[in-house]
Amino acid sequence: MALLEIRSLSKSFRGLRAVTRASFEVPEGGLAALIGPNGAGKTTIFNMAAGVYAPDAGEIVFAGNRIDGLRPDQVCAAGVGRTFQVVKPFAGMSVLDNVIVGALRAERRVPEARRLALRILEELNLGAKRDLPASSLTLPDRKRLEVARALATGPRLLLLDEVMAGLRPTECDQMVEVFRELNRDGLTILLIEHVMRAVMALAQQVVVLHHGEIIARGTPAEVVRDPAVLECYLGEETEV
Amino acid sequence: MRARLLLAALGAGLIALPQFSGNYVLSLATLALYFAFTGQAWNVMMGFAGQLSLGHSLFVGLGAYAAAALFVKFGIGPWAGLWLAMAICVAAGAAIGLLAFRFGISGVYFALLTIAFAEFTRIGFDHIGWLGGPGGLFLKVGQRTSWDLADLRGTPAMFYYVMLALTAGAFALCAWLLKSRAGYYWQAIREDEDAARALGINTFRWKLLAVAISAAMTSLAGVFFAFYYNNLFPEQIFHISQSIEIILGPIVGGVGTLFGPILGAVLLTTLADSLTNLVAAMGLDIPGVKQVFYGVILLLVIMFLPNGIWPPIAKRLGLGRKD
Repeated sequence: MALLEIRSLSKSFRGLRAVTRASFEVPEGGLAALIGPNGAGKTTIFNMAAGVYAPDAGEIVFAGNRIDGLRPDQVCAAGVGRTFQVVKPFAGMSVLDNVIVGALRAERRVPEARRLALRILEELNLGAKRDLPASSLTLPDRKRLEVARALATGPRLLLLDEVMAGLRPTECDQMVEVFRELNRDGLTILLIEHVMRAVMALAQQVVVLHHGEIIARGTPAEVVRDPAVLECYLGEETEV
Repeated sequence: MRARLLLAALGAGLIALPQFSGNYVLSLATLALYFAFTGQAWNVMMGFAGQLSLGHSLFVGLGAYAAAALFVKFGIGPWAGLWLAMAICVAAGAAIGLLAFRFGISGVYFALLTIAFAEFTRIGFDHIGWLGGPGGLFLKVGQRTSWDLADLRGTPAMFYYVMLALTAGAFALCAWLLKSRAGYYWQAIREDEDAARALGINTFRWKLLAVAISAAMTSLAGVFFAFYYNNLFPEQIFHISQSIEIILGPIVGGVGTLFGPILGAVLLTTLADSLTNLVAAMGLDIPGVKQVFYGVILLLVIMFLPNGIWPPIAKRLGLGRKD
Protein backbone atom coordinates (compact mmCIF):
# COMPACT_ATOMS: atom_id res chain seq x y z
CA MET A 1 0.00 0.00 0.00
CA ALA A 2 1.22 3.48 -0.80
CA LEU A 3 2.07 5.62 2.21
CA LEU A 4 2.53 8.77 0.15
CA GLU A 5 0.64 9.42 -3.05
CA ILE A 6 1.34 12.44 -5.21
CA ARG A 7 -1.54 12.79 -7.64
CA SER A 8 -1.28 15.07 -10.65
CA LEU A 9 0.39 17.83 -8.68
CA SER A 10 0.96 21.25 -10.27
CA LYS A 11 2.46 24.48 -8.98
CA SER A 12 3.38 27.72 -10.72
CA PHE A 13 5.23 30.74 -9.40
CA ARG A 14 4.03 33.84 -11.22
CA GLY A 15 3.62 32.02 -14.50
CA LEU A 16 6.73 29.87 -14.11
CA ARG A 17 5.54 26.29 -14.07
CA ALA A 18 7.65 24.66 -11.40
CA VAL A 19 5.78 21.36 -11.30
CA THR A 20 3.34 20.07 -13.93
CA ARG A 21 0.94 17.19 -13.23
CA ALA A 22 3.48 15.12 -11.34
CA SER A 23 2.26 11.77 -10.01
CA PHE A 24 4.11 9.07 -8.10
CA GLU A 25 3.78 7.00 -4.98
CA VAL A 26 6.05 5.86 -2.22
CA PRO A 27 5.03 2.50 -0.76
CA GLU A 28 4.87 1.94 2.99
CA GLY A 29 8.34 0.91 4.12
CA GLY A 30 9.86 2.00 0.81
CA LEU A 31 12.92 4.06 0.08
CA ALA A 32 12.47 6.27 -2.96
CA ALA A 33 14.60 8.97 -4.54
CA LEU A 34 13.54 12.03 -6.46
CA ILE A 35 16.27 13.13 -8.84
CA GLY A 36 16.64 15.65 -11.62
CA PRO A 37 18.75 18.59 -12.72
CA ASN A 38 18.77 21.86 -10.78
CA GLY A 39 15.47 23.68 -11.10
CA ALA A 40 13.55 20.54 -12.03
CA GLY A 41 11.00 21.15 -9.25
CA LYS A 42 12.14 18.59 -6.69
CA THR A 43 12.23 20.93 -3.72
CA THR A 44 8.91 22.46 -4.81
CA ILE A 45 7.29 19.02 -4.57
CA PHE A 46 8.90 18.56 -1.16
CA ASN A 47 7.68 21.90 0.04
CA MET A 48 4.15 21.09 -1.04
CA ALA A 49 4.30 17.71 0.67
CA ALA A 50 5.63 19.39 3.84
CA GLY A 51 2.95 22.08 3.88
CA VAL A 52 5.11 25.07 2.96
CA TYR A 53 3.03 25.78 -0.19
CA ALA A 54 -0.41 24.62 -1.19
CA PRO A 55 -0.46 23.08 -4.68
CA ASP A 56 -2.34 24.85 -7.50
CA ALA A 57 -3.88 21.55 -8.53
CA GLY A 58 -3.62 17.90 -7.57
CA GLU A 59 -3.65 16.01 -4.34
CA ILE A 60 -1.16 14.77 -1.80
CA VAL A 61 -2.40 11.78 0.16
CA PHE A 62 -0.51 10.52 3.18
CA ALA A 63 -1.63 7.32 4.88
CA GLY A 64 -5.02 7.65 3.29
CA ASN A 65 -5.60 11.31 4.24
CA ARG A 66 -5.24 14.44 2.15
CA ILE A 67 -2.41 16.57 3.50
CA ASP A 68 -2.12 19.17 0.73
CA GLY A 69 -2.92 22.64 2.04
CA LEU A 70 -2.19 21.76 5.66
CA ARG A 71 0.26 23.91 7.62
CA PRO A 72 3.83 22.56 8.10
CA ASP A 73 3.19 21.82 11.79
CA GLN A 74 0.02 19.89 10.92
CA VAL A 75 1.88 17.87 8.29
CA CYS A 76 4.55 17.07 10.87
CA ALA A 77 1.87 16.07 13.37
CA ALA A 78 0.40 13.76 10.73
CA GLY A 79 3.71 11.90 10.64
CA VAL A 80 5.91 13.51 7.99
CA GLY A 81 9.38 14.67 9.03
CA ARG A 82 11.55 16.81 6.75
CA THR A 83 15.02 18.28 6.49
CA PHE A 84 15.94 21.52 4.73
CA GLN A 85 18.28 21.70 1.77
CA VAL A 86 19.86 24.79 3.31
CA VAL A 87 20.24 23.54 6.86
CA LYS A 88 18.38 25.47 9.54
CA PRO A 89 19.88 24.60 12.92
CA PHE A 90 18.68 26.49 16.00
CA ALA A 91 22.11 28.10 16.15
CA GLY A 92 21.92 29.54 19.65
CA MET A 93 20.86 26.26 21.23
CA SER A 94 22.93 23.21 22.07
CA VAL A 95 22.89 20.18 19.79
CA LEU A 96 20.90 18.25 22.38
CA ASP A 97 18.36 21.07 22.83
CA ASN A 98 17.89 21.19 19.05
CA VAL A 99 16.86 17.55 19.04
CA ILE A 100 14.75 17.90 22.20
CA VAL A 101 12.62 20.46 20.34
CA GLY A 102 11.86 17.79 17.77
CA ALA A 103 11.40 15.08 20.39
CA LEU A 104 8.77 17.17 22.20
CA ARG A 105 6.46 16.34 19.31
CA ALA A 106 6.46 12.66 20.27
CA GLU A 107 7.08 13.05 24.01
CA ARG A 108 5.21 15.85 25.74
CA ARG A 109 7.38 15.95 28.85
CA VAL A 110 10.90 17.34 28.73
CA PRO A 111 12.71 14.49 30.61
CA GLU A 112 11.26 11.84 28.26
CA ALA A 113 11.97 14.01 25.22
CA ARG A 114 15.53 14.39 26.45
CA ARG A 115 15.96 10.64 26.70
CA LEU A 116 14.60 10.15 23.19
CA ALA A 117 16.84 12.92 21.85
CA LEU A 118 19.93 11.36 23.43
CA ARG A 119 19.13 8.01 21.84
CA ILE A 120 18.74 9.56 18.41
CA LEU A 121 21.97 11.55 18.77
CA GLU A 122 23.79 8.30 19.54
CA GLU A 123 22.28 6.67 16.46
CA LEU A 124 23.58 9.49 14.29
CA ASN A 125 27.03 9.62 15.92
CA LEU A 126 26.44 13.06 17.41
CA GLY A 127 26.37 11.92 21.04
CA ALA A 128 29.78 13.34 21.85
CA LYS A 129 28.81 16.76 20.54
CA ARG A 130 25.51 17.09 22.35
CA ASP A 131 26.53 20.00 24.58
CA LEU A 132 28.12 22.12 21.85
CA PRO A 133 26.17 25.04 20.45
CA ALA A 134 24.69 24.05 17.10
CA SER A 135 26.43 27.04 15.52
CA SER A 136 29.83 25.43 16.13
CA LEU A 137 29.09 22.29 14.09
CA THR A 138 30.71 21.55 10.74
CA LEU A 139 28.47 21.17 7.68
CA PRO A 140 28.34 17.33 7.75
CA ASP A 141 27.38 17.48 11.43
CA ARG A 142 24.74 20.13 10.73
CA LYS A 143 23.24 17.81 8.14
CA ARG A 144 23.24 15.01 10.66
CA LEU A 145 21.62 17.31 13.20
CA GLU A 146 18.96 18.20 10.66
CA VAL A 147 18.18 14.51 10.26
CA ALA A 148 18.26 13.87 14.01
CA ARG A 149 15.79 16.67 14.67
CA ALA A 150 13.37 15.43 12.02
CA LEU A 151 13.68 11.85 13.27
CA ALA A 152 12.96 12.94 16.82
CA THR A 153 9.45 14.02 15.84
CA GLY A 154 8.67 10.33 15.32
CA PRO A 155 7.75 10.42 11.62
CA ARG A 156 6.39 7.56 9.50
CA LEU A 157 7.76 9.24 6.41
CA LEU A 158 11.03 11.14 6.27
CA LEU A 159 11.64 13.69 3.51
CA LEU A 160 15.36 14.27 3.04
CA ASP A 161 16.37 17.25 0.91
CA GLU A 162 19.96 16.79 -0.29
CA VAL A 163 21.42 15.64 2.99
CA MET A 164 24.44 14.14 1.22
CA ALA A 165 25.51 17.29 -0.60
CA GLY A 166 28.88 18.49 0.61
CA LEU A 167 29.74 15.26 2.39
CA ARG A 168 32.96 13.38 1.67
CA PRO A 169 32.48 9.90 0.18
CA THR A 170 33.14 8.14 3.50
CA GLU A 171 30.73 10.43 5.32
CA CYS A 172 28.21 9.83 2.58
CA ASP A 173 28.56 6.07 3.02
CA GLN A 174 28.00 6.47 6.78
CA MET A 175 24.80 8.39 6.13
CA VAL A 176 23.67 5.76 3.62
CA GLU A 177 24.18 3.14 6.31
CA VAL A 178 22.12 5.18 8.81
CA PHE A 179 19.22 5.52 6.38
CA ARG A 180 19.36 1.88 5.39
CA GLU A 181 19.11 0.95 9.06
CA LEU A 182 16.20 3.33 9.65
CA ASN A 183 14.43 1.95 6.60
CA ARG A 184 14.97 -1.60 7.81
CA ASP A 185 13.29 -0.60 11.06
CA GLY A 186 10.21 0.40 9.10
CA LEU A 187 10.70 4.09 8.29
CA THR A 188 9.59 5.15 4.81
CA ILE A 189 12.03 7.57 3.19
CA LEU A 190 11.80 9.88 0.20
CA LEU A 191 15.00 11.66 -0.68
CA ILE A 192 16.03 14.35 -3.08
CA GLU A 193 19.60 13.71 -4.00
CA HIS A 194 22.25 14.80 -6.44
CA VAL A 195 24.87 12.42 -5.15
CA MET A 196 24.29 9.39 -7.40
CA ARG A 197 26.56 7.30 -5.23
CA ALA A 198 23.95 7.54 -2.48
CA VAL A 199 20.95 7.14 -4.77
CA MET A 200 22.33 4.00 -6.37
CA ALA A 201 23.18 2.52 -2.98
CA LEU A 202 19.93 3.38 -1.26
CA ALA A 203 16.91 3.77 -3.44
CA GLN A 204 14.57 0.96 -4.36
CA GLN A 205 12.69 3.27 -6.67
CA VAL A 206 13.80 6.41 -8.50
CA VAL A 207 11.59 9.16 -9.92
CA VAL A 208 13.23 11.50 -12.42
CA LEU A 209 11.94 15.05 -12.74
CA HIS A 210 12.84 17.44 -15.55
CA HIS A 211 11.34 20.91 -16.05
CA GLY A 212 8.65 20.05 -13.55
CA GLU A 213 7.54 16.87 -15.30
CA ILE A 214 8.25 13.28 -14.47
CA ILE A 215 10.20 11.76 -17.36
CA ALA A 216 11.10 8.38 -15.94
CA ARG A 217 10.65 6.08 -12.99
CA GLY A 218 11.92 2.67 -11.99
CA THR A 219 14.77 0.97 -10.20
CA PRO A 220 18.09 2.83 -10.12
CA ALA A 221 19.51 0.43 -12.69
CA GLU A 222 16.59 0.99 -15.06
CA VAL A 223 16.66 4.73 -14.70
CA VAL A 224 20.32 5.17 -15.48
CA ARG A 225 19.82 3.27 -18.74
CA ASP A 226 16.77 5.28 -19.75
CA PRO A 227 17.67 7.35 -22.84
CA ALA A 228 15.53 10.32 -21.81
CA VAL A 229 17.23 10.45 -18.45
CA LEU A 230 20.67 10.12 -19.93
CA GLU A 231 19.98 12.94 -22.28
CA CYS A 232 18.64 15.45 -19.79
CA TYR A 233 20.69 14.69 -16.79
CA LEU A 234 22.95 11.76 -16.32
CA GLY A 235 24.65 12.26 -19.63
CA GLU A 236 26.40 15.26 -18.23
CA GLU A 237 27.15 13.83 -14.82
CA THR A 238 29.56 10.95 -14.90
CA GLU A 239 30.27 10.51 -11.22
CA VAL A 240 28.26 7.26 -11.28
CA MET B 1 24.32 24.04 42.36
CA ARG B 2 26.45 27.16 42.08
CA ALA B 3 23.50 29.02 40.66
CA ARG B 4 21.43 27.97 43.68
CA LEU B 5 24.06 29.17 46.16
CA LEU B 6 24.38 32.48 44.37
CA LEU B 7 20.63 32.85 44.35
CA ALA B 8 20.34 32.02 48.06
CA ALA B 9 23.01 34.59 48.98
CA LEU B 10 21.38 37.20 46.80
CA GLY B 11 17.95 36.46 48.26
CA ALA B 12 19.20 36.67 51.86
CA GLY B 13 20.90 39.99 51.14
CA LEU B 14 17.81 41.43 49.52
CA ILE B 15 15.52 40.29 52.33
CA ALA B 16 17.82 41.81 54.96
CA LEU B 17 18.30 45.08 53.07
CA PRO B 18 15.60 47.17 54.88
CA GLN B 19 17.33 46.45 58.21
CA PHE B 20 20.43 48.35 57.16
CA SER B 21 19.20 51.06 54.90
CA GLY B 22 17.13 54.18 54.99
CA ASN B 23 14.18 55.12 52.88
CA TYR B 24 16.31 56.60 50.14
CA VAL B 25 18.20 53.38 49.47
CA LEU B 26 14.96 51.46 49.75
CA SER B 27 13.19 53.59 47.16
CA LEU B 28 16.17 53.18 44.85
CA ALA B 29 16.16 49.41 45.41
CA THR B 30 12.41 49.32 44.77
CA LEU B 31 12.91 51.14 41.49
CA ALA B 32 15.70 48.75 40.50
CA LEU B 33 13.48 45.77 41.31
CA TYR B 34 10.63 47.35 39.37
CA PHE B 35 12.79 47.46 36.25
CA ALA B 36 14.18 43.99 36.97
CA PHE B 37 10.61 42.71 37.07
CA THR B 38 9.39 44.49 33.95
CA GLY B 39 12.60 43.55 32.16
CA GLN B 40 12.00 39.93 33.09
CA ALA B 41 8.47 40.16 31.71
CA TRP B 42 9.64 41.75 28.45
CA ASN B 43 12.34 39.09 28.19
CA VAL B 44 9.69 36.36 27.94
CA MET B 45 8.58 37.84 24.64
CA MET B 46 11.87 39.02 23.18
CA GLY B 47 14.50 36.97 24.95
CA PHE B 48 12.68 33.66 24.87
CA ALA B 49 10.36 33.82 21.86
CA GLY B 50 12.20 36.44 19.80
CA GLN B 51 9.28 38.87 19.45
CA LEU B 52 10.51 42.43 19.87
CA SER B 53 8.10 44.68 21.75
CA LEU B 54 8.84 48.38 21.96
CA GLY B 55 5.45 49.11 23.45
CA HIS B 56 5.45 47.46 26.85
CA SER B 57 4.33 50.74 28.43
CA LEU B 58 0.92 49.75 27.04
CA PHE B 59 0.68 46.90 29.54
CA VAL B 60 2.09 48.95 32.42
CA GLY B 61 -0.42 51.69 31.72
CA LEU B 62 -3.46 49.50 31.19
CA GLY B 63 -2.67 47.50 34.32
CA ALA B 64 -2.12 50.66 36.36
CA TYR B 65 -5.28 52.36 35.16
CA ALA B 66 -7.42 49.23 35.58
CA ALA B 67 -6.45 48.67 39.21
CA ALA B 68 -6.40 52.38 40.07
CA ALA B 69 -9.84 53.00 38.55
CA LEU B 70 -11.34 50.10 40.48
CA PHE B 71 -9.80 51.45 43.70
CA VAL B 72 -10.63 55.12 43.22
CA LYS B 73 -14.09 54.72 41.71
CA PHE B 74 -15.40 51.61 43.43
CA GLY B 75 -13.15 51.08 46.43
CA ILE B 76 -12.01 47.70 45.17
CA GLY B 77 -8.54 46.85 46.45
CA PRO B 78 -5.48 45.99 44.36
CA TRP B 79 -5.55 42.25 45.06
CA ALA B 80 -8.92 42.02 43.35
CA GLY B 81 -8.03 44.72 40.82
CA LEU B 82 -4.95 42.95 39.57
CA TRP B 83 -7.11 40.23 38.02
CA LEU B 84 -8.93 42.79 35.92
CA ALA B 85 -5.59 44.41 35.09
CA MET B 86 -4.20 41.08 33.95
CA ALA B 87 -7.30 40.22 31.94
CA ILE B 88 -7.25 43.56 30.12
CA CYS B 89 -3.54 43.29 29.36
CA VAL B 90 -3.81 39.71 28.14
CA ALA B 91 -6.67 40.79 25.88
CA ALA B 92 -4.63 43.72 24.56
CA GLY B 93 -1.61 41.48 24.02
CA ALA B 94 -3.76 38.89 22.29
CA ALA B 95 -5.21 41.57 20.01
CA ILE B 96 -1.73 42.68 18.96
CA GLY B 97 -0.56 39.09 18.60
CA LEU B 98 -3.59 37.96 16.60
CA LEU B 99 -3.24 40.89 14.25
CA ALA B 100 0.50 40.53 13.79
CA PHE B 101 0.95 36.77 13.74
CA ARG B 102 -2.11 36.06 11.61
CA PHE B 103 -0.81 38.37 8.91
CA GLY B 104 2.81 37.33 9.24
CA ILE B 105 4.05 40.64 10.64
CA SER B 106 7.38 40.08 12.31
CA GLY B 107 10.67 41.69 13.25
CA VAL B 108 10.81 45.46 12.95
CA TYR B 109 7.23 45.67 11.70
CA PHE B 110 5.98 43.82 14.75
CA ALA B 111 7.93 46.23 16.96
CA LEU B 112 6.33 49.16 15.14
CA LEU B 113 2.90 47.66 15.73
CA THR B 114 3.56 47.43 19.46
CA ILE B 115 4.62 51.10 19.50
CA ALA B 116 1.48 52.04 17.57
CA PHE B 117 -0.79 50.30 20.07
CA ALA B 118 0.93 51.97 23.02
CA GLU B 119 0.78 55.37 21.33
CA PHE B 120 -2.86 55.36 20.37
CA THR B 121 -3.79 54.05 23.79
CA ARG B 122 -1.87 56.97 25.31
CA ILE B 123 -3.75 59.42 23.12
CA GLY B 124 -7.01 57.61 23.85
CA PHE B 125 -6.54 57.90 27.61
CA ASP B 126 -5.94 61.62 27.23
CA HIS B 127 -9.58 61.82 26.14
CA ILE B 128 -11.17 59.66 28.83
CA GLY B 129 -12.53 62.29 31.19
CA TRP B 130 -13.81 59.69 33.65
CA LEU B 131 -10.21 58.69 34.35
CA GLY B 132 -8.98 62.24 34.59
CA GLY B 133 -7.78 62.60 31.01
CA PRO B 134 -4.47 64.42 30.67
CA GLY B 135 -4.97 65.83 34.18
CA GLY B 136 -4.24 62.44 35.67
CA LEU B 137 -5.83 59.96 38.03
CA PHE B 138 -4.89 60.20 41.71
CA LEU B 139 -5.03 57.72 44.54
CA LYS B 140 -5.50 58.98 48.06
CA VAL B 141 -2.09 59.00 49.68
CA GLY B 142 -2.45 56.79 52.72
CA GLN B 143 -0.53 57.10 55.91
CA ARG B 144 2.83 55.52 55.72
CA THR B 145 3.74 54.32 59.18
CA SER B 146 1.94 51.00 59.24
CA TRP B 147 1.53 48.20 56.73
CA ASP B 148 -1.82 47.83 55.04
CA LEU B 149 -1.13 45.07 52.56
CA ALA B 150 -4.78 44.66 51.58
CA ASP B 151 -4.91 48.16 50.12
CA LEU B 152 -1.18 48.43 49.41
CA ARG B 153 -0.75 51.45 51.66
CA GLY B 154 2.31 51.42 53.85
CA THR B 155 5.95 52.18 54.47
CA PRO B 156 8.63 52.13 51.78
CA ALA B 157 9.80 48.83 53.28
CA MET B 158 6.43 47.26 52.49
CA PHE B 159 6.56 48.38 48.87
CA TYR B 160 10.11 47.13 48.68
CA TYR B 161 9.07 43.68 49.90
CA VAL B 162 6.09 43.57 47.54
CA MET B 163 8.36 44.37 44.60
CA LEU B 164 10.95 41.88 45.83
CA ALA B 165 8.29 39.15 46.01
CA LEU B 166 7.09 40.02 42.49
CA THR B 167 10.64 39.92 41.12
CA ALA B 168 11.40 36.63 42.84
CA GLY B 169 8.14 35.19 41.53
CA ALA B 170 8.92 36.38 37.99
CA PHE B 171 12.38 34.88 38.22
CA ALA B 172 11.03 31.51 39.37
CA LEU B 173 8.33 31.54 36.70
CA CYS B 174 10.84 32.35 33.95
CA ALA B 175 13.28 29.70 35.16
CA TRP B 176 10.48 27.16 35.06
CA LEU B 177 9.17 28.31 31.68
CA LEU B 178 12.61 28.16 30.12
CA LYS B 179 12.99 24.51 31.12
CA SER B 180 9.49 23.57 30.04
CA ARG B 181 8.10 22.59 26.65
CA ALA B 182 7.12 26.22 26.09
CA GLY B 183 10.69 27.35 26.70
CA TYR B 184 12.10 24.94 24.14
CA TYR B 185 9.45 25.89 21.60
CA TRP B 186 9.95 29.62 22.12
CA GLN B 187 13.69 29.34 21.65
CA ALA B 188 13.18 27.28 18.51
CA ILE B 189 10.84 29.95 17.15
CA ARG B 190 13.35 32.66 18.06
CA GLU B 191 16.17 30.84 16.28
CA ASP B 192 14.35 29.75 13.10
CA GLU B 193 10.61 29.90 12.71
CA ASP B 194 10.47 27.79 9.52
CA ALA B 195 12.45 25.00 11.11
CA ALA B 196 10.26 25.22 14.22
CA ARG B 197 7.14 24.80 12.10
CA ALA B 198 8.63 21.82 10.30
CA LEU B 199 9.11 20.16 13.70
CA GLY B 200 5.41 20.32 14.39
CA ILE B 201 5.29 23.54 16.39
CA ASN B 202 2.17 25.66 15.92
CA THR B 203 4.21 28.84 16.04
CA PHE B 204 1.15 31.09 15.99
CA ARG B 205 -0.19 29.63 19.20
CA TRP B 206 3.12 29.58 21.07
CA LYS B 207 4.00 33.15 20.10
CA LEU B 208 0.58 34.24 21.31
CA LEU B 209 1.22 32.47 24.62
CA ALA B 210 4.51 34.34 25.04
CA VAL B 211 2.76 37.68 24.46
CA ALA B 212 -0.04 36.77 26.88
CA ILE B 213 2.35 35.76 29.68
CA SER B 214 4.53 38.79 29.15
CA ALA B 215 1.50 41.11 29.15
CA ALA B 216 0.04 39.53 32.30
CA MET B 217 3.35 39.90 34.15
CA THR B 218 3.79 43.49 33.03
CA SER B 219 0.26 44.38 34.13
CA LEU B 220 1.28 43.53 37.71
CA ALA B 221 4.06 46.08 37.45
CA GLY B 222 1.38 48.56 36.40
CA VAL B 223 -0.75 47.78 39.44
CA PHE B 224 2.30 48.28 41.64
CA PHE B 225 3.13 51.53 39.86
CA ALA B 226 -0.36 52.91 40.54
CA PHE B 227 -0.32 52.17 44.26
CA TYR B 228 3.31 53.15 44.75
CA TYR B 229 3.28 56.52 43.01
CA ASN B 230 -0.44 57.26 43.59
CA ASN B 231 -0.72 59.26 40.40
CA LEU B 232 -1.16 58.28 36.78
CA PHE B 233 -0.79 60.46 33.70
CA PRO B 234 -1.27 59.02 30.21
CA GLU B 235 1.63 61.16 28.96
CA GLN B 236 3.89 59.49 31.46
CA ILE B 237 2.80 55.92 31.90
CA PHE B 238 2.03 55.08 28.26
CA HIS B 239 4.98 57.06 26.95
CA ILE B 240 7.52 55.32 24.75
CA SER B 241 10.29 56.32 27.14
CA GLN B 242 8.65 53.91 29.66
CA SER B 243 8.91 51.12 27.11
CA ILE B 244 12.52 51.98 26.36
CA GLU B 245 13.46 52.04 30.03
CA ILE B 246 11.91 48.60 30.45
CA ILE B 247 14.03 47.04 27.72
CA LEU B 248 17.33 48.70 28.71
CA GLY B 249 17.86 46.37 31.68
CA PRO B 250 17.61 43.10 29.75
CA ILE B 251 19.61 44.46 26.81
CA VAL B 252 22.44 45.62 29.04
CA GLY B 253 22.24 42.53 31.25
CA GLY B 254 21.67 39.93 28.54
CA VAL B 255 18.60 39.21 26.42
CA GLY B 256 17.22 35.71 26.87
CA THR B 257 19.05 35.04 30.13
CA LEU B 258 17.48 34.74 33.58
CA PHE B 259 19.88 36.90 35.59
CA GLY B 260 20.54 39.40 32.81
CA PRO B 261 17.41 41.55 33.24
CA ILE B 262 17.96 41.74 37.00
CA LEU B 263 21.64 42.58 36.74
CA GLY B 264 21.01 45.14 34.01
CA ALA B 265 18.20 46.87 35.90
CA VAL B 266 20.16 47.06 39.15
CA LEU B 267 23.28 48.39 37.43
CA LEU B 268 21.47 50.98 35.35
CA THR B 269 19.23 52.24 38.14
CA THR B 270 21.97 52.62 40.73
CA LEU B 271 24.53 54.06 38.31
CA ALA B 272 22.07 56.53 36.80
CA ASP B 273 21.01 57.66 40.25
CA SER B 274 24.60 58.04 41.45
CA LEU B 275 25.39 60.06 38.38
CA THR B 276 22.41 62.36 38.87
CA ASN B 277 23.45 62.89 42.50
CA LEU B 278 27.03 63.54 41.50
CA VAL B 279 26.00 66.12 38.94
CA ALA B 280 23.73 67.78 41.48
CA ALA B 281 26.49 67.75 44.11
CA MET B 282 28.79 69.55 41.70
CA GLY B 283 26.19 72.27 41.54
CA LEU B 284 25.43 71.61 37.88
CA ASP B 285 22.01 71.44 36.34
CA ILE B 286 22.12 69.24 33.26
CA PRO B 287 18.68 68.19 32.10
CA GLY B 288 18.59 64.75 30.49
CA VAL B 289 21.89 63.61 31.95
CA LYS B 290 20.30 60.25 32.80
CA GLN B 291 19.16 59.67 29.22
CA VAL B 292 22.61 60.53 27.88
CA PHE B 293 24.10 58.11 30.38
CA TYR B 294 21.72 55.34 29.25
CA GLY B 295 22.68 56.06 25.66
CA VAL B 296 26.39 55.79 26.39
CA ILE B 297 25.99 52.56 28.37
CA LEU B 298 23.84 51.06 25.63
CA LEU B 299 26.40 52.01 23.00
CA LEU B 300 29.25 50.47 24.97
CA VAL B 301 27.37 47.26 25.69
CA ILE B 302 26.27 46.81 22.08
CA MET B 303 29.80 47.46 20.86
CA PHE B 304 31.74 45.33 23.31
CA LEU B 305 29.27 42.87 24.84
CA PRO B 306 26.50 42.37 22.28
CA ASN B 307 25.09 39.49 24.31
CA GLY B 308 24.98 41.60 27.46
CA ILE B 309 27.04 41.78 30.63
CA TRP B 310 25.72 38.62 32.22
CA PRO B 311 26.88 35.85 29.81
CA PRO B 312 30.63 36.47 30.33
CA ILE B 313 30.08 36.66 34.10
CA ALA B 314 28.06 33.45 34.03
CA LYS B 315 30.89 31.78 32.13
CA ARG B 316 33.41 32.87 34.74
CA LEU B 317 31.17 31.59 37.52
CA GLY B 318 30.83 28.29 35.70
CA LEU B 319 27.08 28.64 35.13
CA GLY B 320 25.09 27.49 32.14
CA ARG B 321 24.55 29.71 29.11
CA LYS B 322 20.86 30.13 29.75
CA ASP B 323 21.10 31.09 33.45
